[in-house]
Amino acid sequence: MDTVHLTIDNKPVVVKKGITILEAASSTGVHIPTLCHMKLEDLNIENKPGGCRICVVEVEGRRNLAPACCTEVADGMVINSHNIRVINARQTVLELILSDHPADCLICAKSGKCDLQDMAHDLGIREIHYKGEQSTYREDTSPAIIRDVDKCIMCRRCEMMCNEVQTVGVLSAINRGFNAVVSPAFEMNLDHSVCTYCGQCVAVCPTGALTEVDQTADVIRALSDPSKTVIVQTAPAVRAALGEEFGLEPGTLVTGKLVAALRRLGFDHVFDTDFAADLTIMEEGTEMLNRLSRFLEGDETVKLPILTSCCPAWVKFFEHQFPQMKDIPSTARSPQQMFGSIAKTYFAEKMNIKREDLVVVSIMPCVAKKYECGRDEFKVNDNPDVDYAITTRELAGLIKLANINFNRLPNEEFDLPLGESTGAGVIFGTTGGVIEAAVRTAFELYTKKPLPKVDFHELRGMDGIRQATVDFGGFPLKIGIAHGLGNARRLLEKIESGESEFHAIEIMSCPGGCIGGGGQPYHHGNAEILKKRQMAIYQEDSNKKIRKSHENPYIIQLYEEFLGKPMSEKAHQLLHTEYFDRT
Amino acid sequence: MTDYKMHLLVCGGTGCKAAESDEIKRLLKQWIDEVGMEDEAQVVFTGCFGFCEKGPIIKVLPDNTFYVNVAPADAEEIVKEHLVKGRPVQRLLYKDPVSSQIISESKSMDFYKKQMRIALRNCGFINPESIHEYISRDGYMALGKCLTELTPEETIKEVKDSGLRGRGGGGFPTGLKWEITRNVKADQKYVVCNADEGDPGAFMDRSILEGDPHSVIEAMAICGYCIGADKGLVYIRAEYPLAIERLKTALNQAREYGLLGDDILGSGFNFEIDIRLGAGAFVCGEETALIHSMEGLRGEPTFKPPFPSVSGYLGKPTNVNNVETFANIPVIINKGAGWFNKIGTENSKGTKVFALAGKINNVGLIEVPMGTTLREVIYDIGGGIKDGKEFKSVQTGGPSGGCLTKDFLDTPIDYDNLLAAGSMMGSGGMIVMDEDDCMVGIAKFYLEFTLEESCGKCSPCRIGNKRLYEILEKITEGKGEEVDIERLKLLSNVIKDTSLCGLGQTSPNPVLSTILNFENEYLAHVTDKKCPSGQCKALLKFDIIEDLCTGCTLCFRNCPVGAITGERRQPHYIDQSLCIKCGVCFEKCKFNAIKLT
Repeated sequence: MDTVHLTIDNKPVVVKKGITILEAASSTGVHIPTLCHMKLEDLNIENKPGGCRICVVEVEGRRNLAPACCTEVADGMVINSHNIRVINARQTVLELILSDHPADCLICAKSGKCDLQDMAHDLGIREIHYKGEQSTYREDTSPAIIRDVDKCIMCRRCEMMCNEVQTVGVLSAINRGFNAVVSPAFEMNLDHSVCTYCGQCVAVCPTGALTEVDQTADVIRALSDPSKTVIVQTAPAVRAALGEEFGLEPGTLVTGKLVAALRRLGFDHVFDTDFAADLTIMEEGTEMLNRLSRFLEGDETVKLPILTSCCPAWVKFFEHQFPQMKDIPSTARSPQQMFGSIAKTYFAEKMNIKREDLVVVSIMPCVAKKYECGRDEFKVNDNPDVDYAITTRELAGLIKLANINFNRLPNEEFDLPLGESTGAGVIFGTTGGVIEAAVRTAFELYTKKPLPKVDFHELRGMDGIRQATVDFGGFPLKIGIAHGLGNARRLLEKIESGESEFHAIEIMSCPGGCIGGGGQPYHHGNAEILKKRQMAIYQEDSNKKIRKSHENPYIIQLYEEFLGKPMSEKAHQLLHTEYFDRT
Repeated sequence: MTDYKMHLLVCGGTGCKAAESDEIKRLLKQWIDEVGMEDEAQVVFTGCFGFCEKGPIIKVLPDNTFYVNVAPADAEEIVKEHLVKGRPVQRLLYKDPVSSQIISESKSMDFYKKQMRIALRNCGFINPESIHEYISRDGYMALGKCLTELTPEETIKEVKDSGLRGRGGGGFPTGLKWEITRNVKADQKYVVCNADEGDPGAFMDRSILEGDPHSVIEAMAICGYCIGADKGLVYIRAEYPLAIERLKTALNQAREYGLLGDDILGSGFNFEIDIRLGAGAFVCGEETALIHSMEGLRGEPTFKPPFPSVSGYLGKPTNVNNVETFANIPVIINKGAGWFNKIGTENSKGTKVFALAGKINNVGLIEVPMGTTLREVIYDIGGGIKDGKEFKSVQTGGPSGGCLTKDFLDTPIDYDNLLAAGSMMGSGGMIVMDEDDCMVGIAKFYLEFTLEESCGKCSPCRIGNKRLYEILEKITEGKGEEVDIERLKLLSNVIKDTSLCGLGQTSPNPVLSTILNFENEYLAHVTDKKCPSGQCKALLKFDIIEDLCTGCTLCFRNCPVGAITGERRQPHYIDQSLCIKCGVCFEKCKFNAIKLT
């Protein structure tokens, strides 16, 4: 391995050739502060526009200061990361950034989780010497995301996510000089754009410029209305991340405490979206097998591969970007919407509650779910199947607001019948999980034989695009997996060009799947957190007694009592949907 | 040019065209036909002569008569007197402002005497829309020589030996740049001509492209041959419609003559050039921003390295040179590095084109050997300061250059000297200021420009320049404090030290150099609340001198805000709290009774 010798803060060090000063310093224990830079290790995601200029260091012999994040090390370099010139420059630059910032930290949605606030603290800013005009822009509220770009510091992380990672291309820098800001083209509103509401911009925004639409007040209002029965469902990825909001190690499973907290918040029934995930597998798996059997019988009208449809941002993405392929995804609704639909029919009837008196709240790792539950096709007489979708972060806020000592809560169980789930439902929370769950069920339905092994390690991992062939009793089932919409686009283009052939494909919009969702506790650029959440999901799966959706006794009961069989007319009406060309 | 006895060279540069040189050309032609001389005299539209102050300009060959300030109505007289009777029109000849002598030939004029035209060699001499005229002036000979006699390495050596440095501002050795790009291995490389000239008042590149587009095309092909590129791109701002038109015409002609395209001159070398229009952002003159703009991305700079020579347009090695740099190349190849490197100073060879502007008599485009002093440029070529006023400062290097005082007038102009003096060469803007200019106001003016032209990518440039501007504004409004001067210096230094690209790294230069050279003016603003040049409106005070006031009421009647009171035939008074300092009373008073302090 090629190495270079340098001196960092008077200490001689030997580092790998080709790395940046920032990486070199970090590898030798020297912390250089950064603001715009962000790197999600192993996910191939990096933002280094070299724009904020906080990470500048002195390189002896160089005329001006060098940004550590994008300056490559060279042999013999003498670097001072914290001398007076550097500290003065860093503080001045930060003061300048703060001089064009509303500084309403006390009431900012990002307070306490804001990289800019932390930086101001770390650099000891006590006074802003350069005061002047502040740039102001119109606030943009959409069904899921609020843009308050007065707080934008032009780190461009959201732009990188939206363009390079997700290839959605909504956010980019506009205007020049002091008026430069990140915005949709022509300063249009997000809801007029092709934004998918994946929320990855929100997930990486260092300030309060991009946040989710906060619906906790609506939830509190519903909970305090005695005429309403308020039930809640929680998505699989929430339990693997919520603990981080209460100081627990990333990857700590908090399922039992989550249930206890929701019960204490006053929800009448605490259910699990995993139940609906099992239901999704019944419908989607059956649909997949139908298409596959017809395909194998030589039916030329059948479209393959079948694409998963659980992810609302992915659905909106293909409606905008690949409308010509809108008959390929499964027509199965997402688990959130299946839950809402079943809750407001089957469950409401069972409990004898009128539809309008039943409020369904979902706890989601996602901001697009807010948009999804507002889609017209998921409403009956203007009453939505799911009334409010709040994020993991919003739930944490509610728990804190209600003065619940989360870490001392006992572990409690979900309510029945919509709270029972299998391991297959749990793994919906990570990339590869939906397809693995589908395979577990489809295999047994197709081969009529029990699975030799439940775990499909070949479908797991963090690579952006993965493929595997599963032996379906002699038939090689070709599976593709993509997470991140950019990877989804690449995979779809390969299918369109005929370069790749698959029978089934799972797509999740967020890097890592729902564990990396836009509504999850902020990862602050640490990809290790996502990996730990993923491990927690698989751990929850292996802890479950039942790990195949079709073995969930309450799912069986639901079909016996209400739906008949998968893909029945009633199932079609309640659990399937259609897609629209949004071009 | 052989069939005609006489040629009337009419300046067809943008400046003279704006002063109706099209119409002059049309009328000249009309009168020539009228008098039946259409077979003897030809009217030629040329590029810029440089002496824009005196435009529109017409030069008559073969006798070299140089007409200035010609109007369309003069066409008849020029034809009937000069062409028919052989009597030059005296009233249209140049009159030396000092000696009052009439000078008919340009080479005897002070404006031209000390100039040496290499990059501008054909401007104002040939018809830029005729490849024949370019060829008749040794055009495409250099390309032919390279393709048939020299290897790319030998050509690069010649350019290196010439000592030519980049004329866009950076001053990087051109030959070395070519060599670096040549040495990078790639399946595709590009030659880019940076014609995104954006300095206020500068029009060197525009004039070259308007007056001699083939010289740039030829040089780009030579560069392509040297670095191993078969594709060239000219990035030119859309605000240069004439330059674009002439370049397009020249490109078509070059293609038609086989001087662009496949197998040029049977050498096996292929080269094609396309035009890319810029939307006029100043920052797109920075090469990485320029490349991003060409790629269809937002025109903003990225961190270097990688340099474009390694990874440029579409990620391929790209050699970016400025128009003027290219315009020197054919001459260097034809006359040799040894000829070229004898011109200029030790580390700055050849000539430099400057756009002279500001409070100077001879506004225009000039080309002088490196090492010429600022005094020679301003007083000899430029004809000194307008209206006999006192010279105060000269600003070189565009909006990011420094303002130099009279102490620097004898500084020989070259890259290193200007830098040492606290300014820079830049692309060649040169703006002269006189005693009436307020240096705080000047710094504010330049900052306003860079503020608007910053791309906004990096924080110090985006916000820092705004804060600098606001402090300057405060000072010019009389609200400044002494600490503000210190703050300006501190902030300027941090902006220079931390900005991403050349724009931010130099934008505080006008502030720093005016504080360094004219600190007293700053102090006068902040401590005495006075603008010594009387330019800062907020610091002016109009008073009525009682003894001189006759009570005529003229000021009272003209004051737009009713700030003046007084009885007829009694001295009047100005209410300072109402006065908006418009100066109307000062202008209207017939008895010099209004004093300005």
